[in-house]
Amino acid sequence: MALDDKHEADGRVFKVVGTRPVRPDGIDKVTGRARFGADMSMPGMLVGWVLRSPHAHARIRSIDTSKAEALPGVKAVVTRKDFTAESDDVLDNCMAGAKALYDGHAVAAVAAVSAKVAKQALKLIAVDYEVLPHVTDVDEAMKLDAPVLHKDKTDETVPAGMSKNVIQRFEYGHGDVEAGFAEADEIVSRSFKTAATHQGYIEPHACVASMGPDGQADLWVCTQGHYMVRNVCAPMLGMDIGKLRVTASEIGGGFGGKTTVFLEPVALMLSRKSGRPVKMVMTREDVLRATGPTASTSIDVKIGMKKDGTITAGWAEMRYQGGAYPGSPVQFGAMAAFAPYNLKHVKTIGWDVVTNRPKQAAYRAPGAPMGAYVVESVIDELCGNLGLDRLSVRLKNASTEGAKASYGPRFGKIGLTATLEAAKAHPHYSAPLGPSQGRGISCGFWFNFGGDTSVSLSVNNDGTISLSEGNPDIGGSRASMTMMAAEELGIPYDSVRTIIADTSALGQNEVTDGSRVTFAVGLATIKAARDAITKMCSRAAKVWGIDEDAVIWEDGHAKPAGPNAGKFPPMSLAEIAAQASNTGGPIAGHHEVNAEGAGVSFATHMCDAEVDPETGAVKILRYTVFQDAGKAVHPAYVEGQFQGGAVQGIGWALNEEYIYGKDGRLQNPGFLDYRVPVASDLPMIDTVIIEVPNPGHPYGVRGVGETSIVPPLAAVANAVSAAAGVRLTELPMSPPRVLKAIDTARA
Amino acid sequence: MVKVAIWGSLRVATEGRAEVEVDAKNLRELLDRLADAYPGIKPQIDRGVSVSIDGLIYNDSWFTPIGRGSEVVLLPRIVGG
Repeated sequence: MALDDKHEADGRVFKVVGTRPVRPDGIDKVTGRARFGADMSMPGMLVGWVLRSPHAHARIRSIDTSKAEALPGVKAVVTRKDFTAESDDVLDNCMAGAKALYDGHAVAAVAAVSAKVAKQALKLIAVDYEVLPHVTDVDEAMKLDAPVLHKDKTDETVPAGMSKNVIQRFEYGHGDVEAGFAEADEIVSRSFKTAATHQGYIEPHACVASMGPDGQADLWVCTQGHYMVRNVCAPMLGMDIGKLRVTASEIGGGFGGKTTVFLEPVALMLSRKSGRPVKMVMTREDVLRATGPTASTSIDVKIGMKKDGTITAGWAEMRYQGGAYPGSPVQFGAMAAFAPYNLKHVKTIGWDVVTNRPKQAAYRAPGAPMGAYVVESVIDELCGNLGLDRLSVRLKNASTEGAKASYGPRFGKIGLTATLEAAKAHPHYSAPLGPSQGRGISCGFWFNFGGDTSVSLSVNNDGTISLSEGNPDIGGSRASMTMMAAEELGIPYDSVRTIIADTSALGQNEVTDGSRVTFAVGLATIKAARDAITKMCSRAAKVWGIDEDAVIWEDGHAKPAGPNAGKFPPMSLAEIAAQASNTGGPIAGHHEVNAEGAGVSFATHMCDAEVDPETGAVKILRYTVFQDAGKAVHPAYVEGQFQGGAVQGIGWALNEEYIYGKDGRLQNPGFLDYRVPVASDLPMIDTVIIEVPNPGHPYGVRGVGETSIVPPLAAVANAVSAAAGVRLTELPMSPPRVLKAIDTARA
Repeated sequence: MVKVAIWGSLRVATEGRAEVEVDAKNLRELLDRLADAYPGIKPQIDRGVSVSIDGLIYNDSWFTPIGRGSEVVLLPRIVGG
């Protein structure tokens, strides 16, 4: 339903929301009591392992599993022929059909009594491959002579005569960019490249599947969306979704990478064939080779600016490769890249391209960081060329309420200007810099959305509350829901316990993505609490013998609405709960909604970096995030989201990349050579929470989890470019690349 | 009638027009009538779209009302991570 509640929080004094109570999952996580995906065991459980293609591109002529099936201790072997459901890209990615499309693509799987036996069995599976030429670079894949992955996936938006690896074309914008460039005093055109990176979650994918002979199944899994897992896996197994019950474990990071399935359908099929539970856990090498990194990109950008800092036109052509199947996030990069700026003339073109790499998955504001990198880098260069202050130029051109976004709609109330003003006033901006040090600024934007949400709130007999919601907690949502329920009910935070219920307990819940949970699940929690309050007031009214309309709820108590209602002492929630059976039965509130009307979130990031001119090594000296949260329910968690996005962006900018050899195989499938930042690499990331309320949420909440990764690529690149004295146009800015740029500039 | 903004690469289906008019009072009618009037847009609608109505993004809510003066922008399906 459309959200029709206005933002109600103006003038409201919150008692719980905005405070910083102890997180409810902290003790479990630091003591090892928390149960993650690999922490489940079942009686009779087998171990499942996947056989993966060693080739980047190969036709699978045949698979002979007979010797593996005959090995003692092997209870089931699965290949694509076991899946009789209609084929789609997700299924093909989970288990290859006619072709292996990337190094690591799953081609078969076994379930055995131990990992040792399972691994022996994999060696006995004979796959007859016809090795084909491969392509891993996005620009190479677009050439007419490039090896073709699919003959029939290009859609109607792609002009005739292009490689079949070009799947879709997008175009956005308004005005006349040529007229805009004609007005400019200074124009900069640049080409940029970014590498594919992985979300880097510490917990590999893991699940335990158990299917009974009656066709009912249970699945324990680490995921960002167990309802999605159920809805996707059940049809693949030819099951009704109601027969598959999925429980989400505690999750050790997702960031978008766990919004799809990889092992789960395979584990379920192995369990069906073996008649026993099957546990599957990926190694780190499996995770990097065969889950979903983000796209690598090749982007051309051109921006014009007047001497007074007015941006007259912006243009970009963006080529993203999303791995072996359609669906790179190029459209979001093309939509978001210029979103922070109110432009009369803007045009972006995006191309979705396939290559022989693993199928991409969402990574925190998918597609947007790369777009911000190129636009913000060129704005930075223009400011330098014209001698203009980088924050003042951004303020001058900033999107504000009523401005037409580069992707079409007019913005409502937004917080970009507030983040820029906060940045300008912050001591970081005026802190002195030393030799080989530079400061970089970037703005960033993400859309956010809501989606299907179901929440149930039960009032226990002792007056405590059990709150059930359906979204795995990847950012502190249990604490936030607990706080919102406590706020509405007027009871202590410690009286509410929030759990993530399994798929049989609640209605549909959209995946934990899109920065949606605090917004949508929060909204539903507030409404479920109000539903319970209505019922409790009704019970009090019965006890007092007065009309329901004559009862109000205040500070955790039902009270007569006024002197005419009667003189009755207030009834506490606990008192009402204790009498629930006597007054009509158990009391619970619930709310189900397709939450729409999420508010966008803008940010400004500021980074100081130092470059060692002899080695090209970069050190981040200082980093500050300024981001609009609408209303920060639990400020420490909001700050954590700001910091986490910034750190991932720093890794993306400086170190992380998928490196493919000439053979098309991933050369660095481990954390030793795929280098993510660790705590000792970085200073404390400072944070400033801006609150411009979202009118679509009762408390004004905006999602924050994704916008925080959009600015850092450019903020770091601008800082490094300033420190090095040369513009860096390729990420990551690893030491050899920085050194080469410095040496080239000197020569 | 409501005016709907069409993104650049879809305009080949609307004879180059950046804005079209359809008779619709809610989201479902909007998408159905767009597909009927401009069959070239239907494949994209089938692949998935979001609709911005007065600056807010809607994904699936069929009965979201659209007023005559509303700003309506067709967008690719917004997802997240």
